[in-house]
Amino acid sequence: MTYLDNSASTRLDERVMDAMKPYYFDTYAVATSEFGYSMGIDAKEALGEARETIASSIGASTEEIVFTSGDTESSNMAIKGVCAALKKKKGEHIIVSKIEDFPVLNTAKNLEKKGQNVDYISVDSEGIVDLEELKSKIRDDTVLVSIQHANQEIGTLQDLDAIAKICKEKDVLLHTDATHSYMRVPIDVSKIPVDLITMSAHTIHGPRGVGALYVRKNTPLEKWMDGGFQESNRRAGLENIPGAVGFAKAVELVTEKETEFLASLRDYTVKRVFDEIPNVTLNGSKTQRIPQNANITFHYVEGESMTLHLDMRGFAVSTGSACFSRSLEASHVILGIGGDHERAHGSIRFTFGRYNSMEDVDAVVDAIKEIVSNLRAISPLYNK
Amino acid sequence: MKFPYTEKVLEHFKNPRNVGKLEDPDGKGLEGSPACGDMVAVYLQVDPDTQVIEDIKFESYGCASNIATASIITELAKGKTVEEAKKITWQEATEELGGLPPVKAHCSVLAVEGLRAAIRDYEEKHGLVSEKEPTTVDVLRSRLKHVMNPMAGLDIIRTELVTKMEINDGVVRILIDLPSNHQFAANIKEEIIEKIESLWDVKEVNVVFTE
Repeated sequence: MTYLDNSASTRLDERVMDAMKPYYFDTYAVATSEFGYSMGIDAKEALGEARETIASSIGASTEEIVFTSGDTESSNMAIKGVCAALKKKKGEHIIVSKIEDFPVLNTAKNLEKKGQNVDYISVDSEGIVDLEELKSKIRDDTVLVSIQHANQEIGTLQDLDAIAKICKEKDVLLHTDATHSYMRVPIDVSKIPVDLITMSAHTIHGPRGVGALYVRKNTPLEKWMDGGFQESNRRAGLENIPGAVGFAKAVELVTEKETEFLASLRDYTVKRVFDEIPNVTLNGSKTQRIPQNANITFHYVEGESMTLHLDMRGFAVSTGSACFSRSLEASHVILGIGGDHERAHGSIRFTFGRYNSMEDVDAVVDAIKEIVSNLRAISPLYNK
Repeated sequence: MKFPYTEKVLEHFKNPRNVGKLEDPDGKGLEGSPACGDMVAVYLQVDPDTQVIEDIKFESYGCASNIATASIITELAKGKTVEEAKKITWQEATEELGGLPPVKAHCSVLAVEGLRAAIRDYEEKHGLVSEKEPTTVDVLRSRLKHVMNPMAGLDIIRTELVTKMEINDGVVRILIDLPSNHQFAANIKEEIIEKIESLWDVKEVNVVFTE
């Protein structure tokens, strides 16, 4: 199977597994205080080292990193935590973009049902947030702006610097979901005044079920899950020490060279498709784009038919077609960038990772060329 | 490999029968589902003396269920008379395929509707249609039997999602027993409107959800 769905999840790197193993079999104690027993102290140190690695990956200090169970929890924690902390002090208005991934979008929708005021900011045809609209929507009672760094489907990168400046000027907290850009597009919190960042290990060949939230010092954040006092009383629940160690290892293994290679896979895919297949549209931006994502609509054919044919030939990709989704809804991202159902219907997302090669790209483009041509031959919309 | 479809569905999906177009067909139908965006076109060639469907072709802009059902439908209809072909149901097609995932029901219903639309077109062109009947609640009910409840894979009439149907001076009001923010509410509404607004004496369709 040639796996080209690396934004959904990635294959674990063996070196990550090797780093994690001792914390399952040897140093498996919970992290104790420095007055605990030695295995617990060792565990605590390992957690501390992992925290240092994550912190330095974005220019943060260690006490600003909270380990979580992944990006969904991180984004819930950030949005619900800030809303609860500032409800009485400042107000109940938040702003998110229309093309957020479900952890942010559905958290916002759920809060809205409970009385929170939510504004959903539009994006342009490439998926870039309308900064003027953002400025105009910020009010005195706005407690948080949550705009993703990179989009999960079309890979569009936002100008986080400009967004952060707007928020800073208006004295509003900013959260960004960086799940799909983390370690591929740098963020330095010492330069960009962003207050909260969602990160996850599963998109960088790390373990599943591990993530982190960056929380800038003095950011008001109410604890949203009740339990113990772990993570400096910010996140209740037994620390996932092997997970944190694996996350840190995964971070260490990402190199700039690899990221450049992923960009070359993306560019080669787009080039071959556009050179060899007529009636295609690139979804997202040509320039403001994460290196690992190519999202293309093949007009006059349906996405689930394409993915099933590709699956039968040994390729895993995803599509924004309603027929592919559990809810039968077309991608809100493609609709958000002004695309119609038809645009979503035939969209295919290729996302690359460490274990892909140029040969994979050649093979999948060869396959899709044939599949698209066969499906267009039976399409009532295609002029043969 | 593990697929959510039966061997037969996959077989018809990979090698669909009777694909393509007929030049100067005796009847043709094009049906689309606004909910998911699938479309299917069916072309018929009918022997004027025997009323037997001599040739049938289809085209699909749809997912695997849509392609496989259209393929099997053409096999079922070929060689039958128009009257016999009219009676081919979605259930029959699905059974022939060994079943389909319930959530995919509406994609496959579309294929059956494509065939019926082609037959209707044939009958209209050949003066075989009876006079226009005014739309009644019974007409509405029979139309809504073609709207699927994706949670059950059965139509919204059988699964009692429709709690009330009214028609007054061409204005239709349909009450649906679902909250308006239900994940399938928008799809169901679109499909209901699509099925009813084409009736000759209907001016307006209102779909109301319970809150």
